[in-house]
Parts: sequence; structure tokens; C-alpha cells
Amino acid sequence: AEIPDSVFELLHAEIVRVLKNGKDGSRSNTELKLKLEEMGYRVGQGWIEKCTKDRAPFKDELDVMKFVCKEFWMSVYNKQVDNLRTNHQGVYVLQDNKFHFFGQMSSTAQYTDEAHMYMAFPGGMLRGALAAVGVNCTVGCEITSMPACKFTISVLPS
Amino acid sequence: AMAVVCVAVVSKENYPLYVKTTVPDSDLKFHYLVHTSLDVVEEKVSFLSEHARGSSERRELYLGQLYPSEEYKIYGYVTNTKVKFVVIMENTNSYAKDNEMKALFKKLHSAYYNLLRNPYYTPGHQIQSKMFDQTVASLMQQSSK
Repeated sequence: AEIPDSVFELLHAEIVRVLKNGKDGSRSNTELKLKLEEMGYRVGQGWIEKCTKDRAPFKDELDVMKFVCKEFWMSVYNKQVDNLRTNHQGVYVLQDNKFHFFGQMSSTAQYTDEAHMYMAFPGGMLRGALAAVGVNCTVGCEITSMPACKFTISVLPS
Repeated sequence: AMAVVCVAVVSKENYPLYVKTTVPDSDLKFHYLVHTSLDVVEEKVSFLSEHARGSSERRELYLGQLYPSEEYKIYGYVTNTKVKFVVIMENTNSYAKDNEMKALFKKLHSAYYNLLRNPYYTPGHQIQSKMFDQTVASLMQQSSK
């Protein structure tokens, strides 16, 4: 049974709000990003298991990235990544022109600062998912212009 | 049908997460068998992906029988998250059909995924879930009927 994707959106927004407030007053943005990233990581590890459960083995790293851009992104955000670029040396840039979590935010620069917090959990989820299938990496998050954003994956040398 | 005497779950980094046997006082023996079978798993996984262009490309998670042994038949399966399942069966005259083994591994894989959905389980840690243990126990029991 699929749950409507707005539930995830609402839940995520509430997680960000609750974590921002913290226990003893407001958390710093750095701490907030870290916590959200950690949460996303564990969710990514679990979710990729589900997504890849009945799938043939991945052929190589590029196969993994294509899967992330299509099936994985679709299962989480109800759309595919719009553009994938790579230098074929371990750096991949995933561009999403209408990021799911920015859906209800204004397209102007009004919320850009807060919007960065909305990429922390997704960035962590991406990193956790990739780590689980054997691609250890760092993930950079960048807002190009609302509601478009980029995730830059740098595969760590093994 | 043949009796399943051992089910093991091995982590991505090749250390055991769970080993269950139906034979009393044989834990060490089965740990050893699982350990040696990992070399074969690595071989099968890397050989097939090196020769990936064309027909020898690995198309499924099920690896089939890993290596012949006098006493046992040892089967393997690797998830896309590099978690390995090893199932050891008594080597009787009958043999288990591929379909039956694949179905068994699929059930194991489902049980493992359900384990990941448990908030108290951290991937890479020892599996102590009673629910997982019960599922495996019933799979092992069913197979010997």
C-alpha cells in the first residue's frame, strides 16, 4: 500500500521544526544539519534494501547512480532526477529541478536559507543508500534556484 | 525434502551477524563452514561481474550451490547491499530444486528487510530479534517436511 507523498513531506517538515527547537532552546544550523543528515542516513540504508530487494545485481557504479536517479528517487519523491552528470572519475551531480520538499515553498529567494535545512535529511538518505550498496561517498547539497537543487556525490577512494 | 541444518547471515564486511543450526553441539563446525563458503561467494560475485559483458553477467541474487562437500550442500545468496545468506542442508540422495532454494532465500531476504524496519536494529549489528529468529526457525522446520 502506498501512502500519499504529502505525509512524508509533512512529517519531514515537522522533524526539521522539532529538531530546530531542540531540548534547551534553539539548535545551531550546523548541529541541525548534522542531526538531520544522520537520520537520513539510517533511513536511506533501510529504504535502499527495499528498493533493491527484487532487483538484479548492479553491474557497476554508474548502474547504481542511474538506479538512484530513477527508481530510488521515484520511490521517495515521486519523480526522477532531472539530470545526471559525471566526470567518470567518481563525481556525480544529480540535478532536481523541482525538489519535492521545496514544493510548497515560494519560488523566490524568500526561503532559501531555511530551504538548505530541507536538503540535509535527503542528502543523508542519499549517502546512506549509496553506502549500503557499497558506494562510500560524501554528498554536497546546493540550491541552484528554488525549487531546483543539486546533490553532488564524491565517491571516496577505496 | 532435505533438512536445513544451518542458516547464516553475514555482513557486508564478511563477519557473521547470525548463525542458527538445528544440530546440537555443532556451532563451531557450522561457523567454520560458513566462513569457508565466503571465499567461494566472493569468487562467484567477482568472477561474474568481471566478465560482465555478455551472457555470464550475474543476473540474480541467488548464487546456487557454493561448493561440494561430503556431508552437506551449501547454498548462497547476496543482496544488493552485499549482505550474504548461507543455507546449509544435509547431503542426502535427494536434491533441492533451484526454485525451492530461491523461494527459501527470498523469504530470508524478506525477513532481513523486515528486520531493518525495526527501529531497534542497526545495520551491521548482531541480529538478536526474536521475530527474525522465529521466522528462520519456521523456515528451517518447513523445509524438512
